[in-house]
Amino acid sequence: MLHFELVTPEKLVRSEDVHMVVVPGTEGDFGVLEGHAPFMSTIRDGAIQIHRTSGGTPETIAIRGGFAEVNARGLTVLAEHAD
Amino acid sequence: MASLKALKIRIGSVKSTQKITKAMKMVAAAKLRRAQEAAQNGRPYAERLERVMASLATRVSGVGASPLLAGTGKDQVHLLVVATSERGLAGAFNSNIVRAARRKAEELIAQGKTVKFYIAGKKGRVLKRFYPNDILVDHEMGAIKYVSFDDAREVADDVIARYLNGEFDVAHLFFSKFVSALVQEPTGIQIVPVPLPTAGKGQATDGGAVTEYEPDEETILADLLPRNVAVQVFRALLENAASEQGSRMNAMENATKNAGDMIKRLSIQYNRARQAAITTELVEIISGAEAL
Repeated sequence: MLHFELVTPEKLVRSEDVHMVVVPGTEGDFGVLEGHAPFMSTIRDGAIQIHRTSGGTPETIAIRGGFAEVNARGLTVLAEHAD
Repeated sequence: MASLKALKIRIGSVKSTQKITKAMKMVAAAKLRRAQEAAQNGRPYAERLERVMASLATRVSGVGASPLLAGTGKDQVHLLVVATSERGLAGAFNSNIVRAARRKAEELIAQGKTVKFYIAGKKGRVLKRFYPNDILVDHEMGAIKYVSFDDAREVADDVIARYLNGEFDVAHLFFSKFVSALVQEPTGIQIVPVPLPTAGKGQATDGGAVTEYEPDEETILADLLPRNVAVQVFRALLENAASEQGSRMNAMENATKNAGDMIKRLSIQYNRARQAAITTELVEIISGAEAL
């Protein structure tokens, strides 16, 4: 499972283990699965999709002003707004 | 000695003051809990951003870096952003912040620098008295009940815009750090140019894998720098909010206690005066009866 965190300056919105997260990067969407290579990207305003299980319906969260980091611990999305 | 009636009125007025200070203390305690929670909730974001900035900083060379990082190359004009509360009656909370800012200002002026002020919060306006010509902005925060990131962003964007406009070279931020409900520390930090956190040794452990950047390190850093300023401001405002309530809680607790002492003292005085009056009356009656 991929450890996924969504953080805004106001609070820690999500911190959970999921199957896959699709992030709207500035240079195109990218999906992050477990064991992704270390990666950093800015995010354009849009919706991130959280796939809890493979094949399930994704949950979407709209974010603004974001930034994503993938490291050995998982995926961290820093956003100014999330709702 | 004051008349009985005057004493009674006085006791009544102190009592109602005590009621008010007691209520204010309760309100501050309730708000403190909320403010503390907000400050805590803001921590993960700040921590992660700092970590990312630290790892980026080691990779980006100083050449061609954003002016927010590299500075203007000068060190002449300093901007002091002073964040205070909107309301008084919070003990020495506001005056402590203002005093810290003034000390820094005097230090800078002694070094021959130019100092300008950015006032965020009504109670910082006392600075106008000391430096009437150096107030750059007087930012109104009156309508804000609980600080949101947008409020911080607004201040930060304004500061950055003025910086890029060449209005100042270095910016410091003054606020009160929340240590505990009893202790608040007036603090000053530099926010522009962004002081880069130095990556600790433990942080370079990404399994040796090379991180990929999209678009590239410089662009990401340039995107993060203004955000970092906003986060610093946001953190300061949150800490301030918690400190303000903590400070007010203490001040009001002391005021309540003082009012209690005063009531006790006045009551004793009142009772003595009453007794004295009764004694005098008795003496008059008795001596009148004896004279018959």
